[in-house]
Amino acid sequence: MKIRVGMGSCGIAAGALEVWGALVNDLAGRQADITVEQTGCIGMCYLEPLLDVVSDQRTVTYGRVTPQMVANILKAHLDQGTVLTEQVVATSEAPSPFMQGQVRIALRHCGLINPENITSYEEQGGYQALSRAVGTMTPLEIIAEIKQSGLRGRGGAGFPTWFKWQAAHDNAGQVKYIVCNADEGDPGAFMDRSLLEGDPHTVLEGMVLAGLAIGASQGVVYCRAEYPLAIKRLEIAIKQAEERGYLGANILGSNFSFAIRVKQGAGAFVCGEETALIASLEGERGMPRLKPPYPAEAGYWQQPTNINNVETYANVPWIIANGGQAFAVYGTEKSKGTKVFALAGKIERGGLAEVPIGMSLEEVIYGIGGGIKGGRQFKAVQLGGPSGGCIPAHLLHTPVDYEALVATGAIMGSGGMVVMDDRTCMVDIARYFLDFTQKESCGKCVQCRIGTKRMLEMLERICAGLGQEGDIELLEELAKRIGEGSLCGLGQGAPNPVLTTLKYFRHEYEAHIREHKCPAHQCKALIKYIIDPDKCTGCTICARKCPVKCIQGEKRQPHVINHEQCIKCGNCYEACPAKFAAVVVE
Amino acid sequence: MLCSCQDSNSLELGFPDDEVDLSRLDKVLANYHQQPGSLIPVLQKAQDIYGYLPLSVMTKIAEELKLKPARVFGVATFYTQFRLKPLGKYVILLCHGTACHVNGSERIETALMEELKIKADETTPDGLFTLGSAACLGCCSLAPVMMINGQAYGPLTPDRACQVVRDIYTQEATQVEGGQPA
Repeated sequence: MKIRVGMGSCGIAAGALEVWGALVNDLAGRQADITVEQTGCIGMCYLEPLLDVVSDQRTVTYGRVTPQMVANILKAHLDQGTVLTEQVVATSEAPSPFMQGQVRIALRHCGLINPENITSYEEQGGYQALSRAVGTMTPLEIIAEIKQSGLRGRGGAGFPTWFKWQAAHDNAGQVKYIVCNADEGDPGAFMDRSLLEGDPHTVLEGMVLAGLAIGASQGVVYCRAEYPLAIKRLEIAIKQAEERGYLGANILGSNFSFAIRVKQGAGAFVCGEETALIASLEGERGMPRLKPPYPAEAGYWQQPTNINNVETYANVPWIIANGGQAFAVYGTEKSKGTKVFALAGKIERGGLAEVPIGMSLEEVIYGIGGGIKGGRQFKAVQLGGPSGGCIPAHLLHTPVDYEALVATGAIMGSGGMVVMDDRTCMVDIARYFLDFTQKESCGKCVQCRIGTKRMLEMLERICAGLGQEGDIELLEELAKRIGEGSLCGLGQGAPNPVLTTLKYFRHEYEAHIREHKCPAHQCKALIKYIIDPDKCTGCTICARKCPVKCIQGEKRQPHVINHEQCIKCGNCYEACPAKFAAVVVE
Repeated sequence: MLCSCQDSNSLELGFPDDEVDLSRLDKVLANYHQQPGSLIPVLQKAQDIYGYLPLSVMTKIAEELKLKPARVFGVATFYTQFRLKPLGKYVILLCHGTACHVNGSERIETALMEELKIKADETTPDGLFTLGSAACLGCCSLAPVMMINGQAYGPLTPDRACQVVRDIYTQEATQVEGGQPA
């Protein structure tokens, strides 16, 4: 029997360490032939902490596990030969609806193996692809397999991977580099973090295969500093891979040598852009450089460099082991394979899901994600982070495919999918993203540096009820100029959230500007919390929850909010018992 | 913008007046000074040692790595990870990612500012808490989230966030009473 506990960052934040502690303690007092293993995140984040009991080829998954529950689980399985039914969330024969519909290639091992033990990876067939390639495949054969797979960069640009590798292969250089972009900066995206925490070896193996393909001898993983667990597990994995001969000099007895090191980011979203990343690796401020020359020709220290995203590399060993054709079976005509999405926001089942490209947004959000939390109404789904856009309800049938999403005004992006309901203000969302891009702009290009600031100022004015006629037209004009005048994707994409929200939710902007109203009741300057005297029973809960004590009233008498003092925090609205629902927002 | 031509406007006045033991840097500099492009790892290790980047430390790094001080200052101010002033013992990183924003991170921020009686990016007068922010911590399924010294807390409500802070205050107070250093 084996017992697995999910120990990704979110599992740990939800209490997995305490569950592990209880498990180890309880088992210490028993004589039982049980292996316990820490794994990465399987992606069912909404049920963390997760615990699997595996025996006789059958897996029983427990969710929202507490340390107290562990004793009962062990009692059920070990003493009573049964399961703790009321806490079971899935079994091998009855998988969770979250997992059904997924095709897990990049995520194939996450949540199932111990990321800190290379044997766990090898037992699943890990490093077989590398063993085969190092002995029997030429660089061009490796590239051909990737070409056949149709793999496109999973970081957001969707550029054909084989093409980049071919270019780096063809270009001459003293030394060539493989770089893994693990600077996952899109707010709402955590695919790369989970991959690195759950299966670092697949990324390393993918990098070595890329190194073989282009003729590189050195690899660097540029990982953002906000992912300390990912960095720790990468470093353990590198050490173990070196010990086994998969990294270092003369890999597996061949004359191919390849070393990988980890470089920590220092908190700059713009360093996710490949030339800014290279500048950062060279010890400079992360300012993008003009392309051409592309990194494949002159990248890190002006040498041929191939940069790919974590998820892109994670697919490579599987493609080499199973053949490009097996990957191309999934997906659409121009976008082959699968994509990992991070489902978050107002969704019932939030987490990581890998689906065949071409599945509709509706199937992902409702089939896998379980629809809107609390049964509220779907309003929009935001894809692609700060360079992306918001897609409204009438376009839910859109397949997740690079070209189909671009046609809506959004982009596929790195995979962040934030779901919004009727209580989300779309003007505020545009303001939120501009606030982000403004802070993260490196400052090099005038249009981006000053343009985003002016757009932000306008959006802040609009959300504060000071919008004017002509603001919308000015926003649209600025958006066009910023897109045209920016050197890199950050500036080029910065106007997208504004443009898509204007395209699909123009009426919200107009309500803010012309009527000084926020239809979603979010913008503080435009809302008021009022207690309905007919519904209020004077239970005093709201008065006690008010952080500025601005609600007056005797017990059992209707209460009143003092609007001069009210800071519009919404605590009273949340606190009023549903059976009264006396606090309304206008 | 500070103009350096007059003493009263000197750039140095913008930095805290700290004496630090520069010899603690020696090992780091010995490790890295042969590696081109290693300025960022050196600054990161220096910040690990001192808790922030004192001016004298940045000047020494510039000397040893044979870089102009302006270049070091440029890198230190470009990346948000680097602090030029000391932080509190507990650094609260409140996540402002999209999922957290949509799930009410602004209300958490308001509640924490009320509780700690400071504004965003400030440190409490007792040096215990700094209220910082992160663009996204990558724990979106637990939104809204905050991280304090590497430990993540979520899903938060304004009450829960304030309770975490109060628990830390209690913990610190008992440590002081027990004769342990705060």
